[in-house]
Amino acid sequence: MNDVILSLRNVKTRFGSRVIHDDVNLDVYKGEIIGVIGGSGSGKTVLLRTILGLNTHAGGKIEIFGKQYHKLNTKEKHKIEQRWGVLFQDGALYSSLNVMENVDVALKEYTKLSSATRNEIAMLKIFLAGLPAESAELMPSELSGGMRKRASLARALAMDPEILFLDEPTAGLDPITANAFDELLKTLQHALGFTVFLVTHDLDTLYTICDRVAVLAEKRIYAVGKLDEVVKNPYPWIQEYFNGPRGRSAKPVPCGEK
Amino acid sequence: MTTQPTPSFDVQTGSDATTISLSGAWTTLHLAAVERAFLRSVKNAAHSIALNLTGISSIDTNGAWLVEQFNRKADALGKSCTVTGASENAGVLLDTVKNRPKSPEKQKPDPFYITLLYDIGETVVTESRTTLHIIGFLGEVLIALVRSCIKPKRFRTTAFFYHLEHVGLRGIPIIALLSFLIGMVLAYMGAQQLQKFGAQVFVIQLVQVSVLRELGILLTAIVIAGRSGSAFTAQIGAMVANEEVRAMKTTGLDPVDTLVIPRVLALLIMLPILGFIADIMGLLGGALMVWQSLDIGLSGFIVRLHETMNINNFYVGLVKAPFFAVVIATVGCFQGLQVTGSAESVGRLTTTSVIESIFAVIVIDAGFAIFFAAIGI
Repeated sequence: MNDVILSLRNVKTRFGSRVIHDDVNLDVYKGEIIGVIGGSGSGKTVLLRTILGLNTHAGGKIEIFGKQYHKLNTKEKHKIEQRWGVLFQDGALYSSLNVMENVDVALKEYTKLSSATRNEIAMLKIFLAGLPAESAELMPSELSGGMRKRASLARALAMDPEILFLDEPTAGLDPITANAFDELLKTLQHALGFTVFLVTHDLDTLYTICDRVAVLAEKRIYAVGKLDEVVKNPYPWIQEYFNGPRGRSAKPVPCGEK
Repeated sequence: MTTQPTPSFDVQTGSDATTISLSGAWTTLHLAAVERAFLRSVKNAAHSIALNLTGISSIDTNGAWLVEQFNRKADALGKSCTVTGASENAGVLLDTVKNRPKSPEKQKPDPFYITLLYDIGETVVTESRTTLHIIGFLGEVLIALVRSCIKPKRFRTTAFFYHLEHVGLRGIPIIALLSFLIGMVLAYMGAQQLQKFGAQVFVIQLVQVSVLRELGILLTAIVIAGRSGSAFTAQIGAMVANEEVRAMKTTGLDPVDTLVIPRVLALLIMLPILGFIADIMGLLGGALMVWQSLDIGLSGFIVRLHETMNINNFYVGLVKAPFFAVVIATVGCFQGLQVTGSAESVGRLTTTSVIESIFAVIVIDAGFAIFFAAIGI
């Protein structure tokens, strides 16, 4: 667990004159689940988009699989794109395709597999994401919120990515569904061994599945480490986050009492 | 990234057992090289098959699934298949993949003439249902209109004036320009054709009849259907998708009162006015071309117009405007309210709305043409 799969060095981003990130440094190691937390408007999603090359950064270096994505040509970019999977906040499923076709998009684009095999693989991913086989034929508009997330997870897993980016995967789900989603993620991560970069607000998710936590505050990664280390950080926001009423109730065992 | 060896497999058939040794990278991007041949090899294999995975350098779920598929095929053929030499990682993957249930049996698609017949039937039924719904909706609108006449407080003045401006005032330039151009084209083409009989002077009559009776108002209605009808659908549709309409209902506001009535009324008032502007501009365009190609000046044009003009032509044209207005506004609002929540349906229904209202406008126009011919106006 020592290979760095994603590294951010002095990353700066800004929209016009508004600086979102000033000096972000972070290493993500192969095979871990890292959770990024931060207050609303602290730029978690912006950071994710910047890593994915959807935003440009004003300075610093972002390396994924040892390469700077935004400097690559289209062909090399495609190679990176085949190795990551992304789950957007509300699923971002293609509304004109049914679930199976959604999962199939990348396979169809990048592999020369026969359509029968591709369908089989899509069904496998749908199964792995915990959706019933019947849902393969459904359109995204016919799915519930939880199913949409699962379908989107199935799509993200289609190419067997080495790293999975998740943007608030449990937001808007009821606690039971959210729990099930966490469990699913943990099981899959264990079985398939991918790395997970997770932006979240959900304390339960942090406690259940994350190996490490990074706190985005003051326009940089304020603290990073194992959860019990981060919890002890005296920064007021962190204290309030973990020891506020919601933070306390999410704790699995009483720890870090004052 | 190190280049990985492409996957391959080697079949060794003994008298009653086949050993298949897999090697290379059995990962998504490389699988295409082996998938078919590998799955086919199960047929020729002996009764008991051993899959040896020792040689593979890497494997992912999709590779594991191929192995599992091979397994299942062997099972279906009544052959026994054992997997040996799987690394720990591969073992986990194979176990994960193993639990996937069989895909549900796909139904054979019906022959094309059946689906064709089915499609035709479905279209007929849904279209006639939509027509019925639109007529029902029209009734609803009329009732709401009467209601707001009785209780004028229900009437949304601000919205009404907003739509008057957007439908009417801002529509004037495009409609004026288009009808001016159409008037010019008519006069020009008419002059060219009539010159052959030396009857150029009838060009003025041609322009007058076609612009006033048909083209002025028809053109206006079609442009407004494309411009305002579609806007109505998109605006209301976006509100439905955003749950605004539901919010309105829970506050006790009737969407027909607040959204539909101001739009219908605004169009009802503005379409005749726009039609009138179109008539005038069409005649002006004709006058310009007549002056250009026949050397009859504006005064000559007006005198000639005066002599040959039957004022009924003008009335026949304008009397259609309110009907067009009601149809365009009703269809636009109706389709907007049909939106089901996805952004995609807003786009689809906007298209439907424009097509339906233009269709309805032309059908009504044809009906009027027959009607006026029958009563001899």
